[in-house]
Amino acid sequence: MSQGTGWQAKGAFASLRYRRMRDRIIELVLLAAGLVAVFTTVAIVFILFYESSFFFEHVSVKDFLTDTMWTPLFADARYGIMPLVAGTLTVTGVALLVAIPLGTVIAIYLSEFAPYRLRETVKPVLELLGAVPTVVYGYFALLMVTPVLQKIFPELPGFNMLSAGLVIGIMIVPYVASVSEDAMRAVPRYMREGSYAMGATKMQTALRVVVPGAFSGLAAAYILGISRAVGETMVVAIAAGMMPNLTFNPTEPAATITAYIVQVSLGDLPHGSIGYQSIFAAGLVLMLMTLIFNVIGFFLTRRFREAY
Amino acid sequence: MAATAPLTLVEIRRGLAWRKQLDKVFIAIGLAALFGCLAILAILFFDLVRDGASRFGWDFLTSFPSRKAENAGILSAAVGTTLMMVVTALFALPVGVAAAIYLEEYAPKNWFTGIIEINVTNLAGVPSIVYGLLALGLFVYKFNFGQSILTAGLTLALLILPIVIVATRESLRSVPKAIREAAYGLGATRWEVTKDHVLPYSTGGILTGLILGLSRAIGETAPIITIGALSFIAFLPPSPVTGEFPFLNFEWLWSEFTAMPIQIFNWVSRPDQKFQANAAAAGAILLGMTLAMNAVAIWIRFRFRKKINW
Repeated sequence: MSQGTGWQAKGAFASLRYRRMRDRIIELVLLAAGLVAVFTTVAIVFILFYESSFFFEHVSVKDFLTDTMWTPLFADARYGIMPLVAGTLTVTGVALLVAIPLGTVIAIYLSEFAPYRLRETVKPVLELLGAVPTVVYGYFALLMVTPVLQKIFPELPGFNMLSAGLVIGIMIVPYVASVSEDAMRAVPRYMREGSYAMGATKMQTALRVVVPGAFSGLAAAYILGISRAVGETMVVAIAAGMMPNLTFNPTEPAATITAYIVQVSLGDLPHGSIGYQSIFAAGLVLMLMTLIFNVIGFFLTRRFREAY
Repeated sequence: MAATAPLTLVEIRRGLAWRKQLDKVFIAIGLAALFGCLAILAILFFDLVRDGASRFGWDFLTSFPSRKAENAGILSAAVGTTLMMVVTALFALPVGVAAAIYLEEYAPKNWFTGIIEINVTNLAGVPSIVYGLLALGLFVYKFNFGQSILTAGLTLALLILPIVIVATRESLRSVPKAIREAAYGLGATRWEVTKDHVLPYSTGGILTGLILGLSRAIGETAPIITIGALSFIAFLPPSPVTGEFPFLNFEWLWSEFTAMPIQIFNWVSRPDQKFQANAAAAGAILLGMTLAMNAVAIWIRFRFRKKINW
């Protein structure tokens, strides 16, 4: 009997040791999976800088930033990033003019006015707007929105930034609305009740208490929308034409940074050519733009954070 | 202060009535914005179906791309997309879930864990085309995977990894502490607690995250154009299943391919109107698949939420 217990105790001990060791190994495997995220970020930064470094051996940073023409694939190649940046900013601007008002109004309505059942039913359906493949939105912009716009502005060209921007705006409404709504729902109930007690109506409470209270969250929502619009590719590649054009006029055709990358990738550029390297330089600018907006967003969020 | 006379009751009532009117006006604006957006979704879908109506049919599904719009179909694109999704899911699910388990159940609270968390958050905001550039520089030319299904699948897997990680973490977090304490109390190790108790309860949330991630990946066009996928592919990759032992064949991983979104992009950018009908039909199919995946995800979430009573 005592022998049996001894053996059992030993077995249990060994098994515990085995189990502990298995736990250690599994923890390392799980950690390795977590490190994939870190590896991805490092790889993105490395690849963008590494491939761009060859590009900047040919092109001076000064030309890159100040030249007003972007024609890397022409015989007379010019490497000024400004036209692409202008296109990107114009499309983003149009998109935000649609997405910020619509998204904010929808968020205020859903958070402050809508009955519970409507909100819970409508939210997942609204999110579908953000799930539509962007190439389908491109089709929509080129073949449905542009013809309608041409009825209003007859001189509008078939490719233009206006319809691309409008459609991207619709596409990012759910992102803006959903993050804004979360921010407004996080404003504590007693602040609303205080406002009602002073005789304010629902709308006064929403606009003067809830919105200012949630401002840091709203800023985060807008920044998220901007990042989406800046990085959006297919809608602009399809509907805005792929001609670099230094203009801020949305009724003109133009190329964005992303559209340029797609245009080059469609062709058959040899690995290591200047055209190949130029898309990494363009990608680097795109990343830096996204980064700048995120840093602005970070400080806005901090500056306007309300502590409850 | 003396300048303003106190309001009379009538004036107060009038002011209140006016402000209540404004409430109604705002509700009307809110509803208009909301249902305007939903209407656009509906218009988008029905217009696609209408424009592509003439092309729906068996031939469209079983034909290769062609120079003649009437003969062109989406066979190679649909097969390419399916195989790509298999690679994406096989990579993103284990890696995403493992990373989420590490962050939620194992990771100590220190700067190192903080770095991983910041990375996951940031990756979710990286434009998708940048993933394409990463894959072009790394997978295609450094690892020599070529412009293959493997490259595309891995690229999209990295792209949806943050979605899977965030969804998995959320559902792990919703498992009550008491369940874990009970298992620890019986002498289970951390992994046993996770594997036998926490994970089974989170299956619903994990599946939802995976499906939402895949529905995002299936429509992504820019990254796979960037790695150099072709749009005119008139052959199928080698079959994954063979008649002889070991019955599985992995050559398809290295095959060149095309995918649904690329095919649509190719058709939509041709000036010929007939090809635009093809684009609409293929777009309707792709959109239908995306919406169906989202519906399944919503349904799973709903089912699991109802079934579990802590």
